[in-house]
Amino acid sequence: MSDVTYIEAVVQAVCEEMRNDTRVFVMGEDLHSTLYAKALQEFGRERIFNTPISEAGFIGAGIGAALTGMRPVVEAAYSPFLYSAMDQIVSQAAKSRYMFGGQTSVPIVIQAFVVYAAAAAAHHSDRPWGLFAQVPGLKIVVPSTPYDAKGLVTSAIRDGNPVLCFHDMGLLGQRADVPDSNYTVPIGLAAVRRHGSDLTIVSLAACVSNSLDAAAILERQRISAEVVDLRSVTPLDRGTILESVRRTGRLLVVDPAPRTCGIASEVIATVSESAFDSLKAPVIRLTAPDTPVPFSPELEQLMYPTVAVIVAAARKLCAARS
Amino acid sequence: METTFSPASMLSITEHGLPFDTRSDDNFCRELPSTGILREMLRRMLTVRLFEESAVSIHSAAKMPGFVHTAIGQEAAVVGACLALRSNDYITGTHRSHGHPIAKGAEIGPLMAELLGKATGICRGKGGSMHLADFSVGCLGESGIVGSMMPAAVGAGLSARMRGTEQVCLCFFGDGAANCGAFHESLNLAAIWNLPVVFFCENNGYASTTPLHVTTSVPDIAARASAYSIPGIIVDGQDVLAVYSAVSVATERARANKGPSLVEAKTYRYREHFESNGAKAAPYRLDAEVEYWRTRDPITLFSRVLRESGRLSDTDLETMRSTVQEQVDAAVTFARRSAPPDPSALLEDIFI
Repeated sequence: MSDVTYIEAVVQAVCEEMRNDTRVFVMGEDLHSTLYAKALQEFGRERIFNTPISEAGFIGAGIGAALTGMRPVVEAAYSPFLYSAMDQIVSQAAKSRYMFGGQTSVPIVIQAFVVYAAAAAAHHSDRPWGLFAQVPGLKIVVPSTPYDAKGLVTSAIRDGNPVLCFHDMGLLGQRADVPDSNYTVPIGLAAVRRHGSDLTIVSLAACVSNSLDAAAILERQRISAEVVDLRSVTPLDRGTILESVRRTGRLLVVDPAPRTCGIASEVIATVSESAFDSLKAPVIRLTAPDTPVPFSPELEQLMYPTVAVIVAAARKLCAARS
Repeated sequence: METTFSPASMLSITEHGLPFDTRSDDNFCRELPSTGILREMLRRMLTVRLFEESAVSIHSAAKMPGFVHTAIGQEAAVVGACLALRSNDYITGTHRSHGHPIAKGAEIGPLMAELLGKATGICRGKGGSMHLADFSVGCLGESGIVGSMMPAAVGAGLSARMRGTEQVCLCFFGDGAANCGAFHESLNLAAIWNLPVVFFCENNGYASTTPLHVTTSVPDIAARASAYSIPGIIVDGQDVLAVYSAVSVATERARANKGPSLVEAKTYRYREHFESNGAKAAPYRLDAEVEYWRTRDPITLFSRVLRESGRLSDTDLETMRSTVQEQVDAAVTFARRSAPPDPSALLEDIFI
C-alpha cells in the first residue's frame, strides 16, 4: 500500500502494465516532461513517446499498432482534444472489429482529462462521455477514486477493446492508500458508495463526492440516500441501478455533462423501461445546461450540480413520502 | 520476395525528396525479375481486372447491394506495389480497394462473398466493398473515409519496429487523400520516427469527379514528400515493372531502417467514381481522355512486354486468362450460393 494521488495511481497502472507486458507503450504530448518524466528513465523513449500536436495522427497510429499486436496507451490531455481525432476514434477504433467481421480487435486505451469548473472556457472544459457513449464499439470508464482509477486503467489496458478513460481534473490531487502492485476493477460494474432506503442517487466523476456530501446532510434530515457510482458509462451497469431503484422507489441522477441525450437520460430511460412500477415519484436529473462552458467563473459556477442543489432535489423527491 | 533489381537500375530517388521521372518507354523493362514473378504479376493483374468486371456486371444487374468503386485501369499500380512486399508485410487500403487484398494474396471467394454481404464473406458480410480486410495476408483494412487509414499504417510501422519483425507497411491512398489532414500528420509522424512505411499514392487524377488541379496545390503528390524530408518518387502507374521497382527500393529502404518514402503512381480509372446503374455524374472528363488512357492499359502493355521478350506466348496468355476467368466465376458461384449472415451476427463482433 502507498499513499498516492489519483493521477499517480493512473501513471502507476500504466507503468506496471509496461513492466508486465512488452506490448504496452504510451504516447502523448509532452509526456517526457510531465506525467511520465519519472518513468522515462526506466522505460526509455521507445516505450514512452512524445508526440507532435497531431491527435488524429498519433491516436490513429495507436490504432494501427493495436491492429498489429501492440497495446498502446494514448494520453490525449484535455478531453476536447479528442475531437481532432474524432474520425480515428469513431470510424477506426470503434468500428474495425465489427466491420472486419471479428478478424481483429483494437486494444487501445485513450486517456483524457475532464477539466471543468476551472475557468478553462469552452475549448478545454467538456465532459464528453455521453457524446462518445453514442459510438458502439467503445468502452468508457469514468473513475471517481484513486483506487478505482488504478484498477480501471489496468482493466482497460488488459481489456482488448478500445477503452476511453476520462479522468475528472477535480479528482487528480485526491489521495488514498492503493496497493503497489496492479489489480483490476471490472469495467461495467457500478459501485454502491453508500447504502440507503429512501432514494437512489446515481452519479459519476467528481459528482459522486458531491452526492455523498449531500447524502450525509440528508441523513441528518432523516432522508436515507443510496449513492451509486457508475464508474463505467459503457457498458452501463443497468442491473445495479435497477436493483437500487426497485428498493428505494426514487431516482435522482447527477451528471456534470450537458443534459440532452446524456448518460443521465440513459439511466432514466433504463429505469422507465424496467422499473417504472417501482417509482414513487417522478425522476429528477441534475445536469449542466445545454450550453458551451463560459469563461467567467461567476457564470460557470452556475452550471454544475452542487451539494445544496442535490440536497434540495432529494428533499423534493422525498416530500411526498407516506 | 527478393527483388532482382539492383539500386542502379531503379528509378531515381532524390535524397531531398524532389521528384522526377526518369522512366520512359526506352527503359520499359531493362532488367526483369524471374519469369515466374513476371507471370504472377500478369496473373494477379488479370485476377483483379476480371474480379472487378464481374462485380460491375453483378452490380449492374442489381444483384449486388451498396456502393461499388472500381479501380479498373489501375491494376499495375496495385499489383506492382503488392508484389514488391513480403508475405508478412502489411497493407492498408482505400474505398477503392477490391484488388489490393487480391494482389496481396487473398482468396477471392470470400472477397466476392463480402461484396454480396454473405456470411462467408471475409468480413462475415459486415464490411462490404469499401471495407475489405484480410488479416491472414496482412491486409489491415480499408476505409470508406478518405485518408482515414493513413495514421493506422504509421502505427503498423511503429509496431513492426517495436516488435523487431522487419515488416513494412505499405499505405495505399489516393490523390484526394493527399489533401486531408491525416495525410500530413501521418507523413510527419512516420518521418520523425523514421518508420518502415511506404506511402503509395494511386493518383488517378480525380477526387471523385473533381480534377486534381482544382483541389491540389501541386501537380505531383510526390512533391509533398520534400515537406517531410523523405524521398518522393513518381512512377508510371500503368507500368507494373516501374511500380514494382520503385516500391522494391522504398520497402528495402524502410527495412534497412532508413525511413519512409512516398511513391506516386500516375494512373487512371476507366469507370465512373462508383457504379450507379446508369445514373451518371454530369460530364467531368473528356471521352478522348478515357480513350487515351485505354491505349495505355496496364494489362495490354505488360502482356506485350512478356510476349516480345519471349516469356509468354499468345496461347499462354489465353490459357492464363481463361484460367483466371474460371477462378473468378467459381468465386462468384461460391458467393451467390452462400447464405446471408445469421440474424445473430448483428450483435456479434462488437467487443472481444
